[in-house]
Amino acid sequence: MKFVNLFKIAMKALLRNKMRAFLTMLGIIIGVAAVITMVAIGQGSKKSIQDQLSSMGSNMITIRPQSNQTVGGGARLDASSVQSLKLEDVTAIGKQAQHISALSPAVTSRGQVIYAGNNWPTTIQGVYPDFLTIRDWPLKDGILFSDENENNAAKVCLLGQTVVENLFTSGEDPVGKIIRFNKIPFKVIGVLAEKGENAFGQDQDDIVVAPFSTVQKRILAITWVQNIYASATNESATDDAVDEISTILRTQHKLKRGDQDDFMVRTQAELINTFSSTSQLLTVLLTAIAGISLVVGGIGIMNIMYVSVTERTKEIGLRMSIGARGIDILLQFLVEAILISVTGGIIGVLLGILAAQLITTFLSWPTLVSQSSIVLSFLVCAITGVFFGYYPAQKASRLDPIEALRYE
Amino acid sequence: MPKLILEVTDLKREFRMGAEIVRALKGVHFTVEAGEFVTIMGSSGSGKTTLLNILGCLDKPTSGVYNLDGVNVSNLSRNELAQLRNRKIGFVFQSYNLLARTSALENVELPLYYNSEVSAKQRYDRSIKALEAVNLGDRLHHLPNQLSGGQQQRVAIARALVNDPVMILADEATGNLDSRTSYEIMALMQDLNQQGKTILFVTHEPDIASFSSRTIMLKDGKVIRDSKNENIRSAKEVLASLPVSEDY
Repeated sequence: MKFVNLFKIAMKALLRNKMRAFLTMLGIIIGVAAVITMVAIGQGSKKSIQDQLSSMGSNMITIRPQSNQTVGGGARLDASSVQSLKLEDVTAIGKQAQHISALSPAVTSRGQVIYAGNNWPTTIQGVYPDFLTIRDWPLKDGILFSDENENNAAKVCLLGQTVVENLFTSGEDPVGKIIRFNKIPFKVIGVLAEKGENAFGQDQDDIVVAPFSTVQKRILAITWVQNIYASATNESATDDAVDEISTILRTQHKLKRGDQDDFMVRTQAELINTFSSTSQLLTVLLTAIAGISLVVGGIGIMNIMYVSVTERTKEIGLRMSIGARGIDILLQFLVEAILISVTGGIIGVLLGILAAQLITTFLSWPTLVSQSSIVLSFLVCAITGVFFGYYPAQKASRLDPIEALRYE
Repeated sequence: MPKLILEVTDLKREFRMGAEIVRALKGVHFTVEAGEFVTIMGSSGSGKTTLLNILGCLDKPTSGVYNLDGVNVSNLSRNELAQLRNRKIGFVFQSYNLLARTSALENVELPLYYNSEVSAKQRYDRSIKALEAVNLGDRLHHLPNQLSGGQQQRVAIARALVNDPVMILADEATGNLDSRTSYEIMALMQDLNQQGKTILFVTHEPDIASFSSRTIMLKDGKVIRDSKNENIRSAKEVLASLPVSEDY
């Protein structure tokens, strides 16, 4: 029989029992809507964590000093008081590393900033201009400091939004003003764009950024480097970049084979992976629960199809007597089951998208309806229809026409 | 010499009921020519239904040969039998067997759905023609529960005709109807026979058999009488002689 005819016959049979068809569909609708919504919540939270982490600069590599003194060498030192990283290391990395596109040393100090009658406790970070490229952090206003500023340790700075809000009255343009950090005057040459909180809830905008040499020499008066930030050429080159940096630093620090590193290289990808695997687990769990409800929906279809076959035994007998082959009967019931599941699937997908939207609107949870989850749950639906519809349909197709005709 | 539609030779059918073997047909012979109107009679247990099932290609004989329109049915597969039922046989049942909540037209169209050579347009046209042939041209979109018993049976006959079969196989087709409606159905059958349709009519009422041209009597799985009917009654005349019913 032609497919169009099969479809017509199945459609008619379903319309004869609208309520029953709908209730059977409901199982699938709820199942699919649950899958779509749950995956949307899982994906949404995963994406928001990833976005936050990569807002720090997705290819960012952080190099920190680390004590390599083992037991017997007395008290082990805190990372911040280890002085193993030098500016020469930065120069060496910059010259030798192939997989790095931006590089900056960093030193930080806490202190009080003062402007006019206002003051505010904040952090000053001394870096190269490249730092903002690494952090993927654009300027909102003003200009970046130059290499010349770096060379002569110029007293210029860029302000984060939080500092601007606490130091200046609204509407006042901070660019060109002189602020004081720990009594040292700085000229504000630019304002950083708003960055928001990082993944750990810290306010990233509460910062003053100044040339590296200025902070290192004028504020901290130290010779070493606290951190080094670098940016890999692209995300896939991150691992190579890490290996490269380690090799260069070990050579620089004249570490022998077997000596422990006196530094630590961390990538953003590691952080992302840690968080992703957590939300991945969440997604898997939610999907599993939703998947179960889809299976329950499928069993509902199977149940109704069995009832339908029994109820329509006489019809099956008649169809056979007027020339329907076993395969015609099988396809008829199979198409009916698939029609229920696929229609249910479509409604379920729409409902799931709507539910995800409502959750975002009213609970402000981040959700992300991925195309793959739509395609997947739709496929699962069709397969559910075939799988759970097949046995009842096969039962129907194997009926003996004589007995089926006489069935009351 | 008219064409042979049916050729049944030494037909046997046995059923296994537990340890016992029930022999429903014990060697049946007969032939039917094109254009005949044959009634098969017999009391219950005579093997009538078994014979009908075999003639209708719903069942296969245990032994013996059954040729339908030149095709030896005994060797066919389930699917080939289905095809044969679709193309060569028109069934009419005692209980009409119309699909509920499905219009007369759609019921008649049903056999053509299983014939992939027929287009949707042909299906529609032929079904309307078949319904007009049974005088139901004005009831195309009525549902079975909106039709009387006689009308429902006429829809069933239209369904049997729509595939243009070589023979119509009726199983107690008047069994559920009152005598007036029965005569109407028989008049219709006689008309169809006049137009050249071969009809096999299974019944246990001698009254009905008198409208056919030949009667085959079965008893205990064997043909005990096979006689031409010399004095064929006309169902139309019988109908005309009946007093006019008030509720008709």
